[in-house]
Amino acid sequence: MNFKNLIPTAFYIPLGMCALVAMPNWADAHGFAGDRFFPATISTDDPFAASELSLPTISAIRQPGGSGPVKDINISADLSVLVLPRTAVTIGDGYQIVKPADQRALTGFDNLTANVLFEFYENDAHELITSVGLTWEIGGTGRRSLGASSFSTFTPTFYVGKGLGDLPSSLPWLRPIALTGEVGLSIPSRAGDRSVSFDMATGRNQVTITPNPDLIQWGIAVEYSLIYLQEHVKDIGLKAPFDRLIPLVEFAIQTPVNRLIGPTTGTVNPGIIWSGQYCQFGVEAVIPVNSHTGNNVGVVAQLHFYLDDILPKVFSKPLINP
Amino acid sequence: MKTLLSMAVTLVFLPSAWAHAFIDHAEPAVGSKLASPPGAVKIWFTERLEPALSTIRVFDSQGTEVDKRDTKVDPKNGQLLVVSLPAIKTGKYRVTWRVVSVDTHVTNGSFEFEITG
Repeated sequence: MNFKNLIPTAFYIPLGMCALVAMPNWADAHGFAGDRFFPATISTDDPFAASELSLPTISAIRQPGGSGPVKDINISADLSVLVLPRTAVTIGDGYQIVKPADQRALTGFDNLTANVLFEFYENDAHELITSVGLTWEIGGTGRRSLGASSFSTFTPTFYVGKGLGDLPSSLPWLRPIALTGEVGLSIPSRAGDRSVSFDMATGRNQVTITPNPDLIQWGIAVEYSLIYLQEHVKDIGLKAPFDRLIPLVEFAIQTPVNRLIGPTTGTVNPGIIWSGQYCQFGVEAVIPVNSHTGNNVGVVAQLHFYLDDILPKVFSKPLINP
Repeated sequence: MKTLLSMAVTLVFLPSAWAHAFIDHAEPAVGSKLASPPGAVKIWFTERLEPALSTIRVFDSQGTEVDKRDTKVDPKNGQLLVVSLPAIKTGKYRVTWRVVSVDTHVTNGSFEFEITG
């Protein structure tokens, strides 16, 4: 594998698609609550059920290793389809490349994931939306030596999105702010992994059980939408591409809650999203929140396509519309 | 080769491409202050509009609709929506719009302008 060319190649085709279909106009796609357009967030999940495609999401970080730094790159894709009104199904997978210094890269797929999300409440006047979902990480579908578990994990999750456009007009510069958030409980289908090793000292087999804790997973994205500022608060004369930018900070955190009570880990991801008519592009830094998470800063970038705008005849309505 | 492949994939994906209609710009401008009242509110959208299903309404600070209820798509520009105004007084006004682009995507929104006199 030509490691140096991996990222440019992975971006080539989608970037070509995005550039060509986005050129004629600037507009928005799905992800609305009242006047508010919410972009698809990168490091956390947003509360919208929509037909969309993230292709690719690429993250890269350099981790310390025993014999030198280890490059860790993940390339993933997610496809969401609106199957029923307010209900979307998502499938996703990733491909991991771990490249220790002066060694061959280890590569393999992550576990496949599936998610169903249902929007159960929307208040357009207050730019509020809430959803519930269930994510299933399908155990045994990824490469175990790269960390993919052999057991499944289920994560029921609550999602919320809230724009501040309902603030009084005396606070105009705060009205472009929006928040999205999620909180879920990640429940592994196996409480612990059992492994057997031979103990030379005793001459007996030794059984070790590594507990798999339940995890509280939560995330928040704080966004400042220049799109909202221009279209609903004050036209300050921004021109393309700046009138379509959404600076944001995402927090993706997890805490074990039982069995093996370990430290909270997670990342803070400041970045920016550009949203066009048919797709969006975003890039974020990935900063560990503590030393238990890591010490190095990584990067994540994503191309995301609004399928309901690219193929409205197919995706602008639910596949099943009772 | 990569470029050709990109273009091929793009052509496969290219629809009869329309999407949600959003504001390109407006007169009076979003959030603007005017010394004299405008004769109309004009909004240029990013997509061609369905004339029968697209409206602009203008309300004063008491919530009373003040426009002439004659919203129309400009016959020469399918992306321009116009509603006439009578001689309105100084004060703040809220413009609300609801439009349907020609591929039936619905969008709506609002903004304010102020006449300072």
